[in-house]
Amino acid sequence: MKKFSFIFYFLLFTLIANAQNVNMADVMKENGKIYVVIAVMLTILAGLVLYLVRLDRKISKLEKNK
Amino acid sequence: MRRSWWKILGVLLLVYTFIAGLLIEVPRNPQLQETIRNLFFHVCMWFGMMILFIVSFVRAIMYLRTNKHIHDIASRQYAGVGILFGLLGYLTGAIWMSYTWIDSNKSIFNSFDTIAREPKLIGAAIALLVYAAYLVLRDSIQDMDKRARISAVYNIFAFAMLFPSIWIIPRLLDSLHPGGSEGNPALDPGSASANMRLVFYPAIAGWTLIGVWIATLKIRMKILYEQKLSQ
Repeated sequence: MKKFSFIFYFLLFTLIANAQNVNMADVMKENGKIYVVIAVMLTILAGLVLYLVRLDRKISKLEKNK
Repeated sequence: MRRSWWKILGVLLLVYTFIAGLLIEVPRNPQLQETIRNLFFHVCMWFGMMILFIVSFVRAIMYLRTNKHIHDIASRQYAGVGILFGLLGYLTGAIWMSYTWIDSNKSIFNSFDTIAREPKLIGAAIALLVYAAYLVLRDSIQDMDKRARISAVYNIFAFAMLFPSIWIIPRLLDSLHPGGSEGNPALDPGSASANMRLVFYPAIAGWTLIGVWIATLKIRMKILYEQKLSQ
């Protein structure tokens, strides 16, 4: 019985240790720098979408003019 | 802008993807670490490509049934945007792979010999090349009706080639890429947590809607161009 509980705790411990040892960008989340990345990505997305909207409007105008 | 609600929906879904995709809790996978978030971008490119190719295939069949020129134009443009998405999926996959698949005991260049044997990479390359040949074939025929008919038939063949090259053979073989012999590369419930699927499915819809938007713009431009020519 003792042996089993030892194995159980050993497994549990290694699982927890493994889960925490994985290097993630935790610091980036804590100090909020991740929002800078999001801002940059959203700006690029906004630029591309604006380009598409303008293109769409132009094509609509051409379709009306014909 | 024409019929714009789904365009707005697509953009909103992408904004959601960009924000939630970077902020949600993801599983702490020792091999992938934060790169697991590429699921919302890299994998969605392939989904978008498949959906656009399906639309292109349907329009090719519609052309053969009705002989209406508009279906031919649509089929061509959907295939074009599909190829663009496929290339983006390939490129993003190349970047992702160079940081997660390389053998840390070897240089990137030396671990390339195992990566080059990846059945998923070979299959995707075959599929994209078959579709690239579609563009070459189209442009090599001068006569408009002949071009439309032959390329519609070829489009059906190219779509059929997707089955072995993407959906069957790579999933039977062992691979570093998720979804080898053990299941589906993207929809397997074991590989993405419930949390991630909350972003993943909207991301697929968002990217696909943007792809469809670009394709419709190109179709409308092509129609205008041809009207101008016939005047």
